[in-house]
Amino acid sequence: MSGTALIRVRQLTREYRMDAEIVQALRGVSTEILPNEYVAIMGPSGSGKSTLMNLIGCLDTPTSGEYWLNGVEVSQMDDDELARVRNREIGFVFQTFNLLPRASALHNVELPLIYAGVRASIRRERAVTALMRVGLADRMGHKPSELSGGQRQRVAIARGLVNQPSILLADEPTGNLDSATSGEIMAVFDELHRQGQTIVMVTHERDIAERAHRIITLLDGVIHSDTMREAA
Amino acid sequence: MPLREAFRLALQVIWANKMKSIFAVIGVFIGVMFLIAVVTIVQGMNRYMTDQVAGNFLGANTFQLRRYPDFNAGNISPDTWREWRRRPRITYDDARAAAAAITVPTSTAWESNTSAEVAYRDKSARIRVIGATEDYFEVRNWTIEFGRAFSTQEVRNGQPVVVIGSKVAEGLFENLDPLGREITIRGLPYRVVGVVESQGNIFGFSLDEFAVAPALSPVKRFANPPRVVDVLLVKAQSPEDMETAMADVEAVMRSRRHLRPAQDNSFALESAAGVLDFWGQINRIMFAVLPGLVSISLVVGGIVIMNIMLMSVAERTREIGIRKSLGARRRDILRQFLVESALLATLGAAIGIGVGLAVAAIVDMTTPLPASVAPWSIVVGVLLGAGVGIAAGLYPASRAARLDPVEAMRQE
Repeated sequence: MSGTALIRVRQLTREYRMDAEIVQALRGVSTEILPNEYVAIMGPSGSGKSTLMNLIGCLDTPTSGEYWLNGVEVSQMDDDELARVRNREIGFVFQTFNLLPRASALHNVELPLIYAGVRASIRRERAVTALMRVGLADRMGHKPSELSGGQRQRVAIARGLVNQPSILLADEPTGNLDSATSGEIMAVFDELHRQGQTIVMVTHERDIAERAHRIITLLDGVIHSDTMREAA
Repeated sequence: MPLREAFRLALQVIWANKMKSIFAVIGVFIGVMFLIAVVTIVQGMNRYMTDQVAGNFLGANTFQLRRYPDFNAGNISPDTWREWRRRPRITYDDARAAAAAITVPTSTAWESNTSAEVAYRDKSARIRVIGATEDYFEVRNWTIEFGRAFSTQEVRNGQPVVVIGSKVAEGLFENLDPLGREITIRGLPYRVVGVVESQGNIFGFSLDEFAVAPALSPVKRFANPPRVVDVLLVKAQSPEDMETAMADVEAVMRSRRHLRPAQDNSFALESAAGVLDFWGQINRIMFAVLPGLVSISLVVGGIVIMNIMLMSVAERTREIGIRKSLGARRRDILRQFLVESALLATLGAAIGIGVGLAVAAIVDMTTPLPASVAPWSIVVGVLLGAGVGIAAGLYPASRAARLDPVEAMRQE
């Protein structure tokens, strides 16, 4: 029982009901993730990696098992409490960016702060700082449609970072990007990790996963392997 | 999410979907426009009736004795007409006896009406000519602007003097001073002794096209059969006195006509209160029907808004998912959509108020119907708009708030 674990899951299961059939996406996952770890979750499609991601990201609740985040049990929380955890503790980066198309880059980055109830002036300042961290200070007024894929993903990363979350959760962050842009985005993650950010990334690409320091491989809803790489 | 953000966001969305927003609020818009236009016009007529019609027709605490009612509510059956036409006229003796029988302090005046050609040199006009007694101006609350009213002496002697309305003075004399000039009424020479202050217009008709001559002066031959008047006017000093005076007149007239207790009056007693009663009835009917009509369009408007909001929630499922993933709670999403729907409906109501007032103003300008804005109707309009918006938004907003973030973000 490590008191320092940022994420601790014990026997997590998640079942879905599809018509009459019950699909077991996770069949009992237990692991711990420490602060400042850079973890890649791998596995073929259907292995349960997205389900685990949604559970860790508090977007979903487990059918059974425990999930402790920062020493607080979140597996028993209600909708609004989970929203608060997502807002304060977790920054998401999605494969499809998930930016609001009508809002400017700056406003997209401000969103988590709006739901955190941060005052407008401070909000703007922090959003600008986050955009500067990802090198997009000169594109703040642009809408997503006016940005390239790489730039959109940078906006999404800035949005993920703006509330200074405990974990940055990335779900196939380079899935919609070409290899050159993927390299740039991965460099951003590397830099964030170097600055002390805990990162959990779901990917099915081996070379992307190799950037992480620890690779958890899922197969059929259970952990198949969990390997630590030599620290860079 | 703070309310300010929700408003800003709602305005953005409404503005970004202008056409959809316009269609969404059309029902509320029509309902509120209708409410405002009708209330404004009814209110205008109301004020007009109270200030002008009743005031001119009969002033406060004033009643009239006549052969049959001057102001009638609803249709009059041919039988009623026949009965009225058979009634005896009001004679000089009736008028004198009635005035003498009144037991409270009053002013009384006779009135006989006819229409006649009035001319000065080459100018002439066909106007209302009134044969009246000396207190007529006081009973009618008319102020003599220039000159004087005629005297008791002039009435008794039937002197050919006349007091004219301001429009007549303008029409016949233009820039000349009418006082002391001789005009003809049906060819009979009359000397102008006074001009009555302007009474303005009513339903587009000037109230200043008349001439008042002494009741016993030569015009009496055209106005009525010998020794007959149209009206005895009685002005009391208080509503209670008026009631007493009316009772006195009724009693003496019934006795003069030898009416048995079971028989109806063969004459009419009318007061401004009676006229306003009639108007009040019309008013009550309108205000009974109006809420029904307005609520029908508001219910329809609400259903339209609800559907548009449901569409909007469906279209923005992904956005809702994204917002939830970023920490939006149920109440944040609920608030966002409620504010949007309330704002939408309130804007529709606001436009409805604007157009309703414009319609009322146009009606006011182009028809004799007057308009008067009732401030309460604007408040009611805004509240109805916001209320309909919130009611119509509740279901779509709660659906949006309950969306599962993972499912929602999966939507294209």
